[in-house]
Amino acid sequence: MSQQTELPELDSVGVLRYAWRQLTSMRTALILLLLLGVASIPGSLAPQRTQNPIQVGQYFKDSPELARWMDRFYLFDVYGSPWFSAIYILLFISLIGCVLPRTIEHFHAARAFPPATPKNLSRMEHHSTWTANGTELDAARAWFKSKRFRVLEKDGSISAEKGFTRETGNLFFHLALILVLLGISFSSLFGMRGEAIINVGERFVNTPTSYDTLTYGKLYKDSNLPAFMLTVDKFDAQYNLETSAPEDYTLNVSLLRDGKTVVEENVIKVNSPMTIGSTRIYLQANGYSPVVTVRDSKGDVAFQGPVPFLPQDLNLRSIGAIKVPDAVPQIGFVGSFVPTYVRDVNGGGALSAFPKALDPRLLLAAWAGDLGLDSGVPQSVYRIDTSKMLQVGLKSLKPGEIFDYPGGSITFEGYIQWVNLNFVADPGKKFALLGGIVAILGLLASLFTRRRRIWIRVESQVEVAGLAKNDAPGLDVEMEQFVRMLKGEK
Amino acid sequence: MSRTWAFASNYLIYSAMAVYTLAFLAHAIETAWAVKVPNDTTKTLDYKRTEKVARIATAMMVLGFILLFAGVITRGISAGRVPWGNMYEFSITGALAFTGAYLGALRKYDLRWLGLLVSISVLLTLGTAVTVLYVPSAPLVPALKSPWLVIHVSTAIISCGVFLLANVIAAAYLYLDKVESKGERTAWAKRLPSLEVLDQLSYRLVAFVFPLWTFSVIAGAIWAESAWGRYWGWDPKETWAFITWVAYAAYLHARVTIGWRGRRAAWLCLFAGSTFLFNYVYVNIWGTGKHTYSGL
Repeated sequence: MSQQTELPELDSVGVLRYAWRQLTSMRTALILLLLLGVASIPGSLAPQRTQNPIQVGQYFKDSPELARWMDRFYLFDVYGSPWFSAIYILLFISLIGCVLPRTIEHFHAARAFPPATPKNLSRMEHHSTWTANGTELDAARAWFKSKRFRVLEKDGSISAEKGFTRETGNLFFHLALILVLLGISFSSLFGMRGEAIINVGERFVNTPTSYDTLTYGKLYKDSNLPAFMLTVDKFDAQYNLETSAPEDYTLNVSLLRDGKTVVEENVIKVNSPMTIGSTRIYLQANGYSPVVTVRDSKGDVAFQGPVPFLPQDLNLRSIGAIKVPDAVPQIGFVGSFVPTYVRDVNGGGALSAFPKALDPRLLLAAWAGDLGLDSGVPQSVYRIDTSKMLQVGLKSLKPGEIFDYPGGSITFEGYIQWVNLNFVADPGKKFALLGGIVAILGLLASLFTRRRRIWIRVESQVEVAGLAKNDAPGLDVEMEQFVRMLKGEK
Repeated sequence: MSRTWAFASNYLIYSAMAVYTLAFLAHAIETAWAVKVPNDTTKTLDYKRTEKVARIATAMMVLGFILLFAGVITRGISAGRVPWGNMYEFSITGALAFTGAYLGALRKYDLRWLGLLVSISVLLTLGTAVTVLYVPSAPLVPALKSPWLVIHVSTAIISCGVFLLANVIAAAYLYLDKVESKGERTAWAKRLPSLEVLDQLSYRLVAFVFPLWTFSVIAGAIWAESAWGRYWGWDPKETWAFITWVAYAAYLHARVTIGWRGRRAAWLCLFAGSTFLFNYVYVNIWGTGKHTYSGL
């Protein structure tokens, strides 16, 4: 009975062992490595949801059939797809299966003595022999010691070995890659990433509702958000007068931490984010918010405040929408803001000549009707669905000017700037960085260390020979030096 | 003032191109003389003449390198920053790095047989740079204002130069291997190193520069963390840098661990190098993403 139950078990163990051996073989690892490279290619050709959601949406609009098929193969989420994950998980299992036994083996080998001098040295490479004068063994011992060889001395012969750093470096390199992967996984569990558009002068309180977009790692909770309040004090942008290209952005903020009364002044620039605990705050984008006041026919204020507009080009021609759902009927303005107004000679519309607000204009189309905000379909804050609305007027406004349309008026009070801040908690990145540094050091050690053995046997004749592992170059030169030293030549 | 420097830079680049053209001609003459097979097969070729021309060619290469170096430096002065802000500047610096890698290797190995290829590819790169890629000298956009620009881009450009050289040698290996498999080498190819030396040389160049390339990618990641809020985002440039890294890692494994030599190793080397070139050409010009600084 027992035999009958054991046999299939042995079999499956055998199969598993076979599979494990195949997976951890060098050939498989190499194929997986190349496969990983090939698998990353589609992600650079098709737009990815994580980087370019708008372009992905465009794909679905232009050719929905093709896009659906591409989506079925995760071509818009290549780096999070099951097949991409499968490749790198298999690769890393293969790597671990390969590196761990080698680490143990190397640990033992590093403490062992080098193998004894072979009987027949004349069969080895770099062999030479001459008549002994008796001092060679001592000289060789001192030479090996000064060059930090590991030696085994036995019966008038020395076997010396050097270059263990090669394997040590190699193992550290591969272990470091595992550390990088662990760092990345750690961040995806405990990390956080959020974005918020804040007008200059406004406050940002760090709670989930303050964000425009917010994504958590799988184990990150609302309560992990550090408590602080940020006030955007001042934003300054410098532009090149000839090309309109931005040259410098400086953002001044003041920070009030939880439980503190002292306000800290801080400067955020593009390459120098602000750090609060494990959260870093990055300046990602900026633009203009026209400030408007909307009044109804009785002159009561229906809406007042800045409305962020989205920049469309290098000169910050910006588009946006002002929605007044409280008016009866509802009023919406489709607008475009130009910081430095010039007439478009081709279309007759407005263009911007420079990104700084030298001669700002607000161009508005007023719509009355149903804004569709109650339909439940999420809407862009920069666009208005005008399908159930009627256009009631068009106007171009300078700051301070008023546009009267049937049923009310809108005043263009002026403009302020807004900044888009990224809030990122990436607790695994220090492990990834450490992994990267160790990987380079390990790589250098393994690529530039030569592992070799040198033997000497002294009887009536001196006999020396050497062996270089992995075809490492330079042993011929070293053997020459060794022999000259033994013969007492310089 | 910055305009004067920009003009000086342009003149220096044009002069460098003229000198590279002379180097190319000298190399062409050298090769042509060496190819001329004597009718009397018992005689070997007289290399004295070709040697003289080869020396002139190398001198021209050195002069071209110096002029190009000065051109790159003055371009940097004119813009008040390191000259790595757009594709024109990447190209002239890349050509400089390639010549530098060739001249550096020349100190140790006689690679003058490669001079014809090196000079023509540098000429083509510079020619494309001044005609298609040229943009006026201008300051950097805020995202590029970082000390990491110097570290990340310089190591990437040096890696580029050395990878290219390794590629050219691997290609020479494949060509000569094909010639040898059909019979003896032609007369001019006889002074070229043995297949074994070529094989070793292209491996050593890759092994030498692979850690530098790794460093360049990591430096880029550190910079991306401070500029964009993430150290790795699968931006097309990042993706292709990763692919190049993986391809060269595979090449080194194939050689060191499995023991690939010769033809197979050379093909893998060429494949890895082509991913680098693809990254430079395709992603810079047609690609999307955050690394779009080509200025085109």
